Amino acid sequence: MRISVEEVYETVRMTLDHHFDIRTVTLGINLKDCIDRDLAAMVQRVRDRIVQKGQLLNRCADRIVYKYGIPITNRRIAITPASLLLEPLPHTKATVVRFAKALDAATRKADIDFLGGFGAMVQKGTTAAEENLIEAIPEALSKTQRICGFLNLASTHAGMNMNAIARMGHILRDLAFRSDNGVGCAKIAVFANVPEDNPFMAGAHHGIGEPDYSLNIGISGPGVVRNVVAKNPDCDLTQLSEVIKRTVFKITRAGELIGREMAGLMGVPFGIVDISLAPTTSTGDSVAEIIEAMGVGQIGSPGSTAALALLIDAVKKGGAMASGNVGGLSGTFIPVSEDEGMIRAVRAGTLSLEKLEALTSVCSVGLDMFAVPGDTEPEVISAIIADELAIGVANHKTTSVRIIPAPGRKAGDILHFGGLLGSAPVMKVPGTSAARFILRRGRMPAPISSLRN
Amino acid sequence: MTQERPSQICIVTVTGVDKVGIVAKLATVMARANINIVDINQKILEDTFVMTMAVDIAGAKIGMDKIKASLDAVGSQMALKITIQDENIFKAMHRV
Repeated sequence: MRISVEEVYETVRMTLDHHFDIRTVTLGINLKDCIDRDLAAMVQRVRDRIVQKGQLLNRCADRIVYKYGIPITNRRIAITPASLLLEPLPHTKATVVRFAKALDAATRKADIDFLGGFGAMVQKGTTAAEENLIEAIPEALSKTQRICGFLNLASTHAGMNMNAIARMGHILRDLAFRSDNGVGCAKIAVFANVPEDNPFMAGAHHGIGEPDYSLNIGISGPGVVRNVVAKNPDCDLTQLSEVIKRTVFKITRAGELIGREMAGLMGVPFGIVDISLAPTTSTGDSVAEIIEAMGVGQIGSPGSTAALALLIDAVKKGGAMASGNVGGLSGTFIPVSEDEGMIRAVRAGTLSLEKLEALTSVCSVGLDMFAVPGDTEPEVISAIIADELAIGVANHKTTSVRIIPAPGRKAGDILHFGGLLGSAPVMKVPGTSAARFILRRGRMPAPISSLRN
Repeated sequence: MTQERPSQICIVTVTGVDKVGIVAKLATVMARANINIVDINQKILEDTFVMTMAVDIAGAKIGMDKIKASLDAVGSQMALKITIQDENIFKAMHRV
């Protein structure tokens, strides 16, 4: 049966009026075979591969955009965690920074907007090479433009590496103070239970369980979902869940088709579709506005957590029906600075840091793109991270933190990052310091629920 | 006996205000590019004029990028939004 005018129009409106896009096509690249005791030799091999595959990724993405008329907003590369590649090399900051700069130059040459994977898996403990990489992060990320960092600091199976978490407060502050408005911290996310195939930045990396290449797709359509919710102002919540499921089914199918075809064109295996709803600063492309269209006055008010739980559940059910390859983060992103509705709610005083943390317990992906005063103590930053990662560890889910300590700014100020990163109202950090707790260090044991065997 | 060539169906969608000459202009673009028009439908949906045209681009003399550029030119001339997309995207999204 030929497609009807109504069906065509529905799809066309999704892209023309409601910001439906393929948010990212991310090529995961294994670089383990490039490891060498000579940095120059390794850099040469890594650079050649990134430039060649990055250019191919761009060419294929352009062809697919013309064929299907759905924009592919970002083209990205995720690599094997850099700490593994640096293991046999001298444990000096200079080595780490030289490698970061080489990756940055290759990414620029391939015309790829971001490369992720500059990080380490340290949920249980830290090797000397990993410690060296962590110490070099402020310099490496502030001297490069397109490199994104990640650290897995905790997992349900290993517990929480509180030594590394305690250190991160200092590292993130150092990184923030090297850039305008602390925006350097937008390029690094710390995780509990990090997925190995997440296509979204800043946390993407190509995990050690992955094949040589893997093409992963991040779809997105908060605007599309908000539109169907707004069109159903009076139905009950069971029906509302059904309406959202159907819509997410459609956009996931589009992502699956485009992912498979991209992978085929490139001659690489297709990995996963990440069905996360990811907002942008464009008007109407907001997750907060979906919650508000459901009937919650403003996100952050009582009712927000329940509404978000309903939303994410419907998204997962619709997505899982549409594709057998749903993976990555597949949650709902609630970054503060990148979502107009979230920004409004913080400015109005409706959304606090405490409520933001509560929201992350039912969706993913954690406390994202929020600013705190520049004089926030490193131990308090570490404590915010520890709280958020504990939610992930205890609930067998991914959580992350992307925090911007804003140099010289106080609560209530607004930081303007521009572009995709939007603008962040500086949020009040309540209470007193938990320095004594953080400085105990050690490893928080894995929860009893990890003993499933 | 002529050998049957595989077809590649795309859907051209026109939205905006109905006016004289839309089909004529599009048909001219298609004929110049050696693209066969397979089917045309139109409706008023949510107060907007929507026309869909199924075309077979298997024998097209130009690529999707050039076809799109020609359609964009017609669109801006006649104040219409015109898109062209491979039919498979609609099948994927609307058929289980």
